[in-house]
Amino acid sequence: MSEDLKIIDEVTGSDYKWGFVSNIEADTAPKGLNEDIIRFISAKKNEPQWMLDFRLKAFSQWKKMEEPSWAHVSYPEIDFQDIIYYSAPKPKKTLNSLDELDPEVKATFDKLGISLEEQKRLSGVAVDAVIDSVSVKTTFRDELAKLGIIFCSFSEAVREHPDLVKKYMGSVVPYTDNYYAALNSAVFSDGSFCYIPKGVRCPMELSTYFRINSAGTGQFERTLIIADEGAYASYLEGCTAPQRDENQLHAAVVEIYAHKDAQVKYSTVQNWYPGDKNGKGGVYNFVTKRGLCAGERAKISWTQVETGSAITWKYPSVILKGDHSVGEFYSVAVTNNMQQADTGTKMIHIGKNTSSTIVSKGISGGKSNNSYRGLVRIGKNALNARNFSQCDSLLLGDKCGAHTFPYIECSNPTAKVEHEATTSKVGEDQIFYCNQRGISTEDAVGLIVNGYCREVFNQLPMEFAVEAQKLLAVSLEGSVG
Amino acid sequence: MLSIKNLKANIEDKEILKGLNLEINPGEVHAIMGPNGSGKSTLASVLAGREEYNVTEGEVIFKGENILEMAPEDRARKGIFLAFQYPIEIPGVSNANFMKTAVNEVRKSKGLAPLDSKEFLKLMREKMQLVQVDKTMTQRSVNEGFSGGEKKRNEIFQMAMLEPELGVLDETDSGLDIDALRIVADGVNALRDGKRSFIVITHYQRLLDYIVPDFVHVLYKGRIVKSGTKELALELEEKGYDWIKEEVEI
Repeated sequence: MSEDLKIIDEVTGSDYKWGFVSNIEADTAPKGLNEDIIRFISAKKNEPQWMLDFRLKAFSQWKKMEEPSWAHVSYPEIDFQDIIYYSAPKPKKTLNSLDELDPEVKATFDKLGISLEEQKRLSGVAVDAVIDSVSVKTTFRDELAKLGIIFCSFSEAVREHPDLVKKYMGSVVPYTDNYYAALNSAVFSDGSFCYIPKGVRCPMELSTYFRINSAGTGQFERTLIIADEGAYASYLEGCTAPQRDENQLHAAVVEIYAHKDAQVKYSTVQNWYPGDKNGKGGVYNFVTKRGLCAGERAKISWTQVETGSAITWKYPSVILKGDHSVGEFYSVAVTNNMQQADTGTKMIHIGKNTSSTIVSKGISGGKSNNSYRGLVRIGKNALNARNFSQCDSLLLGDKCGAHTFPYIECSNPTAKVEHEATTSKVGEDQIFYCNQRGISTEDAVGLIVNGYCREVFNQLPMEFAVEAQKLLAVSLEGSVG
Repeated sequence: MLSIKNLKANIEDKEILKGLNLEINPGEVHAIMGPNGSGKSTLASVLAGREEYNVTEGEVIFKGENILEMAPEDRARKGIFLAFQYPIEIPGVSNANFMKTAVNEVRKSKGLAPLDSKEFLKLMREKMQLVQVDKTMTQRSVNEGFSGGEKKRNEIFQMAMLEPELGVLDETDSGLDIDALRIVADGVNALRDGKRSFIVITHYQRLLDYIVPDFVHVLYKGRIVKSGTKELALELEEKGYDWIKEEVEI
């Protein structure tokens, strides 16, 4: 028995493989947060007055708010004056092509396995890469532009498409929404912007890679995706960070606005540095993600594979306002060693005949804590709303915890809400069965866990599914034998 | 190929096997019968390397090597296959994927290149035909939602895929109706090629009508107390185990 636990311990106690630091020259703001810093960020980005006003309003709102404490996680108090709010790789000059990209930046992406060139040539994935605070390169823009699709960094959108930004920014996640959304609205430095015009089906996956590089830096990016009537887009997000002893704060905001008949699929593979085995260092991932199905038959799907971060705290949500609109949430959250995750979703049914599906798979190993927290709210006019939720927890070993906090608020008697929850352990029997077929314990755990996640992986775009599977294998990899 | 000498094993300090001896040559089928609690399933578990069992004495030589120190996966790769009495479910992992992983692990241990998808599918089709399973079974998750009969057939299919040198069938007939029993037995017989050996553990003579053994052994109180040919099984069917118990007690 104890031998088995030891093996599981070894299997789950592996190291972070993306923990390198790149020596990119950075342009950095002094530590701390006040109006001057916000003006500094805004000035650095050559922003118009309206953008600065938005930030300052958000900042004064934030000062009035209190840090929330309801999540099932614990961490020392964050000193918001001890964080650098802006750090950008120092640009040598304006880039005209990838060849002019800082070789260190390029090398960083190569190490991450994201060769921008390769991505561009082979896979036909349009990539926007964000290091620390600044979007360094967006690929495939010209081709997308021919279809009227705008895919660029958020700062560019502020300069070049101010009408769209003004109209939609904060329309799904207002700066008053919560503590971290207010903070993000005040200090966000960059992110991705995407607009798909009426009736256009985006022909390729759109992708953003986020990376925190500089020490002591917070990353506050903002993503805004707008799908006009009948438009379709599939969006991928990947994240990594170097290994550092201190905790880094990541507080992002993602807004999706789906008009009538529009469909947006948003997939995340989050692999921020989780801290070491004793819980030192790692990223605090406090993120607000929300989509609005504004029009009839709109559909928004969130798929996430969360393996990183010391603390993950996020609830990608869908507001189902349009009649017949659909919201989906598929999640795999892996916690290991000392990691903590409190993640789930909110499905807010407002329109008639709206439906939502929630599939959440938690996997906990080491001494980690993994919680699912979900809210299904059926408004009083949401006739015939449907929800199906399935929350499964898988335990590796006996020192970890799994928790489920489902909230259901139903104000319409025609609604149908189903909730299923299971907790299971990777059984010694299952491992022995695999062993007896010639499969090592390490591979057996990988196989069993992948099988457990299959429903969610099936929702990921092909190349991401493969990546997620590998990532899961690596997260659980150890030194057995 | 398999030589068990004076094997003693316990679980939770209770001695189950008390000095078991057995010799098996290539191509032979040995049936092991015996009353409940005599140690039949323990023998299967010890051969496969289940951790809960402690071997306190004796040796098990398989193809010239004592396997008692080997990890279960190494024994499997060396050619020992256990058909489980209660096959385990692995949700979300398709049988095909499970077998591909297993087959390639076994190949790797023999220094062979892994099969690519096309070669693997070809092998799978061949073996499905040999032991008569239909292809929906390979698409389904390992044993999940399988009926008792399907689970046992799946064990035989896996054995066919892995081509072991020694197949250990642990009460493969339990819980099967007569039709399912015949299909499973046909599968096993299809794998008898004159070189592959089998240990067939069973309570009932019935299975041995279909899988005809070369030798029959009676296991009682952790030892083999009587050995004979297939006629011994018929005698046991007729007379029960009491006369053997009496013989032993005297």
